[in-house]
Amino acid sequence: MTRYVLQRLFGMLTVMFTVVTIVFVIVRVAPGDPAAVMLGPDATPADIDVLRVRLGLDQSLPVQYLYFLAQLARGDLGHSIFLDMPVAAALLDRAEPTFFLTVFAILIASAIALPVGIMSAYKRGSFFDQSVTTLTMLAASIPSFWLGLILIQVFAVRFGWFPVAGYGGPDASFLTRMSHLVLPAVALGVVSSALITRFTRASMLDVLNDDYVRTARSKGMGEFRVIMKHAFKNALIPVLTVVGLTAALLVSGAVVTETVFSLPGVGNLVVSAVLRRDYPVIQGALLVIAAIYVLINFGIDLLYLMIDPRVRY
Amino acid sequence: MAMSTPNAGNHPDALADDIVLRADNLRTHFIMGARAAKSVDGVTLTVRRGQTLAVVGESGSGKSVTSLSIMRLLAHPGRIVGGRLLYRMRDGGVVDLATLSDKRMRAIRGKEIAMIFQEPMTSLNPLYTVGDQIMEMIRLHEPVDRHEARTRARRMLELVEIPAPDKRLDQYPHEMSGGMRQRVMIALALACNPALLIADEPTTALDVTIQAQILDLMRRLQREIGMSILFVTHNLGVVAEIAHEVAVMYAGRVVEQAPVHDLFARPRHPYTKGLLACIPDAKRDRADDGTRKMLNPIPGSVPSVLALPAGCAFAPRCPLAEPHCETAPPELLNASPEHLTRCWRHELL
Repeated sequence: MTRYVLQRLFGMLTVMFTVVTIVFVIVRVAPGDPAAVMLGPDATPADIDVLRVRLGLDQSLPVQYLYFLAQLARGDLGHSIFLDMPVAAALLDRAEPTFFLTVFAILIASAIALPVGIMSAYKRGSFFDQSVTTLTMLAASIPSFWLGLILIQVFAVRFGWFPVAGYGGPDASFLTRMSHLVLPAVALGVVSSALITRFTRASMLDVLNDDYVRTARSKGMGEFRVIMKHAFKNALIPVLTVVGLTAALLVSGAVVTETVFSLPGVGNLVVSAVLRRDYPVIQGALLVIAAIYVLINFGIDLLYLMIDPRVRY
Repeated sequence: MAMSTPNAGNHPDALADDIVLRADNLRTHFIMGARAAKSVDGVTLTVRRGQTLAVVGESGSGKSVTSLSIMRLLAHPGRIVGGRLLYRMRDGGVVDLATLSDKRMRAIRGKEIAMIFQEPMTSLNPLYTVGDQIMEMIRLHEPVDRHEARTRARRMLELVEIPAPDKRLDQYPHEMSGGMRQRVMIALALACNPALLIADEPTTALDVTIQAQILDLMRRLQREIGMSILFVTHNLGVVAEIAHEVAVMYAGRVVEQAPVHDLFARPRHPYTKGLLACIPDAKRDRADDGTRKMLNPIPGSVPSVLALPAGCAFAPRCPLAEPHCETAPPELLNASPEHLTRCWRHELL
């Protein structure tokens, strides 16, 4: 177990190192002088030179690369000139809405998808199952921002139950801030639930005819317990994989939803950084998102270990 | 849980005292739209107290569907469409399993009637320890705490001769061999001391030495515990080893039931006779010059359960068939007081 964790940690470091290298190369090969782009068309050549030196762009590429690595090793993601603050601090500032939005969206998606998927498999071919198949197709085809706009129109504008947009301003209490996340989380959760429902259904169909499920019934157990304790637990591994991937996708993919709801999250920060060519921020955000992907995958693998005694590495 | 038996009075004279289970013209069909696969279409058989009834037949003859019907574990779209399954409870009451409510059926499964399956490798849940799976069975039917359930589970492992039971209780199925897992399945099935054990080809997936050990074990347990066994198999060698009585199935029907010695000595159905002739025999199959003779397969093949013939299902393959056989399905006839056969012409055998 310890050995496995160590092996995985080493593997994760390798992945991150590769990501760092790719990010470094992409930013350097992108057309245009970053310093010139960052300062805009009105900058004087002297200003540009000063910034080039400040960014270390006057050095050779290998030197820049080593400098970049050394900086990252100290936990320094660079400095944003536009925001006039360290990139790490800028990301941290925006982390809260993105984090809770992702968590709520995943909880909502799972709360819909798992029971519906299980029921759909259990009653396969029924009217319920067929309706679920149609609805999941529909939900998967809806863009989350469109659903977001509809939700705002109905629940924020017409009924006034939830705030329309934003994050409550600088002095808002935690609860007020969270109330701003309800509608975007529902929008993301409903759309994500489609895929998880389909996976849950398919995975349950695989195990429902397994021999041990019949054995459980032959013991005189009630159907609910047969399904949850014996079938669902065996169906869980593929389902966990999708839930994890969905969570990872939400961290980086909630950009549009954050924009629709004007949430000051990471996605919003990245979009404005791209528009402003704020390279340090783009670079830093890419690295952090990659790290979150890797960590979520690691977490899922540890869950496999806990669920299935046959999984040994 | 104590079973009250309001149905008991419904079948007062239907079941003799020494009979645990009697299937009466059981019919189980798999209904797919307008078509019905008549997997079981007239099974009549009797399991006596403390005895083993072997149900033999080829693949598709309806043996497994019969046993799943008794447990009411049929997979969709299988359904019991007719007949009775009279079962004598341990308290003496008689119920018809074919029409019992799901709730009362659940109280019978595991406690009154338990089942072991063909595939020991996949019949246990891979995610729970062997001990947990046995304890679950005990605690489903009896109000005991975890500690006592564990003690009982350990005793069950000892009973089925699993070495180091304390260690085995905490192991997962994948840490055991197929023979060991089948022992665990037997321990599981017998944990609540059922009156009837249904064993659906329990040794088919095991190699021959392990098969012999499992048969020995089942015989010993039957002597000690006194349960009745309905033993489904396609292997006539196994039948000779374990059964008191044999029911032979063909195309969804029991075509012959008799005490094992009577059946082997004088089969009263041409299908049974054909089956026995198929068993390779070192002496009989050797010609005078020492070379091997051809085996004697039954000509033709089993009719599809989707299109059973109107008369006797075996008639198209039967050397004794006469025109009458193709139009009228034979009833179960008494060839002798204990020997039943579904053949119009059994006197000729």
